[in-house]
Amino acid sequence: MFAIYKKELKSFFINPIGYIYVGVFLAVAALICTYTTVGSASYNVGTYFSIMMFALGVLIPLLTMRLFAEERKLRTEQLLLTAPVTITGMVMGKFLAALTVYASTLLVSCINFIPIYVIAGIERGNQSYEYYHIGPVTAELIGCVVGILLLGAAFIALGTFISALTENQLAAAVLTISVILVMVGISLLNSFINLYWLRAILSWISVYSRFGNFQNGLFDFAAVLYYLSIAFVFLFLTVRVYEKRRWS
Amino acid sequence: MSAFIRISRTSLKNHIRRPRAVTERIPSMIQIEHLVKNYGACCAVDDISLTVNEGEIVGFLGPNGAGKSTTMNILTGYLSSTAGRVSIAGIDVLADPLGAKRQIGYLPEQPPLYLDMTVEEYLRFHYDLKGCTLPRDAHLAEICEVVRIGDVRRRVIRNLSKGYRQRVGIAGALVGNPKVIIFDEPTVGLDPKQIIEIRNLIRSLGKSHTVILSTHILQEVQAVCDRIVIINKGRIVADEKTENITRVIENNRRHNAKICGPQAQVLSMLRDMQGVVYCEALAERDGDSCTYLIESAPGVDIRKKLFFSLAERGWAMVGLEALGLSLEDIFITVVDRTDESAEPPRYTRRTGRKTRSALESQVGADLVTDAARRRAEQATDGFDPDGE
Repeated sequence: MFAIYKKELKSFFINPIGYIYVGVFLAVAALICTYTTVGSASYNVGTYFSIMMFALGVLIPLLTMRLFAEERKLRTEQLLLTAPVTITGMVMGKFLAALTVYASTLLVSCINFIPIYVIAGIERGNQSYEYYHIGPVTAELIGCVVGILLLGAAFIALGTFISALTENQLAAAVLTISVILVMVGISLLNSFINLYWLRAILSWISVYSRFGNFQNGLFDFAAVLYYLSIAFVFLFLTVRVYEKRRWS
Repeated sequence: MSAFIRISRTSLKNHIRRPRAVTERIPSMIQIEHLVKNYGACCAVDDISLTVNEGEIVGFLGPNGAGKSTTMNILTGYLSSTAGRVSIAGIDVLADPLGAKRQIGYLPEQPPLYLDMTVEEYLRFHYDLKGCTLPRDAHLAEICEVVRIGDVRRRVIRNLSKGYRQRVGIAGALVGNPKVIIFDEPTVGLDPKQIIEIRNLIRSLGKSHTVILSTHILQEVQAVCDRIVIINKGRIVADEKTENITRVIENNRRHNAKICGPQAQVLSMLRDMQGVVYCEALAERDGDSCTYLIESAPGVDIRKKLFFSLAERGWAMVGLEALGLSLEDIFITVVDRTDESAEPPRYTRRTGRKTRSALESQVGADLVTDAARRRAEQATDGFDPDGE
């Protein structure tokens, strides 16, 4: 498993795709962060994360589309499947490699918050006395970063699964983008629906509404569990896809 | 005899390595029992049983789609079987897939190369993937030397030629020094010089490893393998030592002789000759000469006698052609026969002790006749006896 992890991690940066992903991610994150906070004179980082969620819908497929599709096309999966590695090990190696790239980019993008803190510090200095807290709430910020990290893990697992279904990278990418956007966007339909029970179901399913508690400063364990379950289910399905292919 | 020597040699090895296991039956390297693989309704492998001993080089021979690759994929754990049992070095592939995979180095039909990596990176990945414990740099350097890719180690695989890529693939299969090496059509797409190199390489590997290779090139198995297994339509139709097959091939009991002389008299002379069991004038004429098919009794070389008898009578022999069999003849006959027969073919078992192999007695005689007839038919094509 570690060998596959290492190889995948390396191959992100042998190919241009890794650099494209990191570059676009950091640029988009910086842009969104500027517009939602400094640009609109707000210390509320919640909006930043909810817009980032949609950006992830396009960025994550860049990481996941080639994971299995490329191996299948080049027939190199035969090497992995005949090597003394379990299918679970192979899937986890690839998943963790993509997750590592995602997580480290996300952590690097946290430098976007530094200007906000700097501005808050200046503003606080100008205030002669403190009635209320000025600047972003650090605990809430950390909660949001953890939340979006787990959300990303769920999306990566989904992309891994879709990549295992096809040998066409483009098809995998397009499918992953659409599924993620549906998952995120489904709760936006809520405003058009009058049926309460349907709205309840939709917001229960939607990964977007589940993120709401993080934005409100609550560390929502139910949401954490929900994201982890999505990741687990799709990784499990990926393993099943490979098992099934062996047996048919 | 040689089989006996081989067995005693392996048992000696086992004795030295594992003194307590002497009473055990010597485990064969690869054991396939009643292997069946269905792809939906289509049956790719149909009840194959095969045992390969340590140090053997076995060639799988068969037309495209015969089930060679499927069998190999099952051996290596890439596919699973529908029924049957496969064990590698005594380890059941289903019970302990990782343990079995550790014993195998596999080169699939299309070498699984990461085109973005350099050769060095690729081999290191293999090394990590297989969890080798051998000293890495020395081991990889040794492999590179064996397959002669030392000069391209720093190059990206994408830029390598087909021959080099194939060799990198072979190098990958050799990493970790596996006991069993499986090559699926290792010489496809190589130029003749590279083919010879790869064949020599496989031969040298056979000294220390058990090798299975598949091919549809007949000379290849004849040149490289100790044993030939012919597979057609998912069944083993022949399983012979190469030397037995070679013996069938070299069984020159039939000759085509081109003799100038009155046909009836030549024929009667030939029939009266000692050591000739069958004789026939073939419809092949070249001026005043005619071609005769002569079959001699087993173990009799009639060529000299024929020459002197003809010279005595003043009939010139302008051509003498030994009707040996090519491996193609055997292959085509065996495969055609299994295609024709609806009932399961009785494949021959390699016994090693019999002086006359099963293949020889079952197929050999017919084959010679078949081959001769085919040649005669070809000869008739251009001939018109009535001169119209």
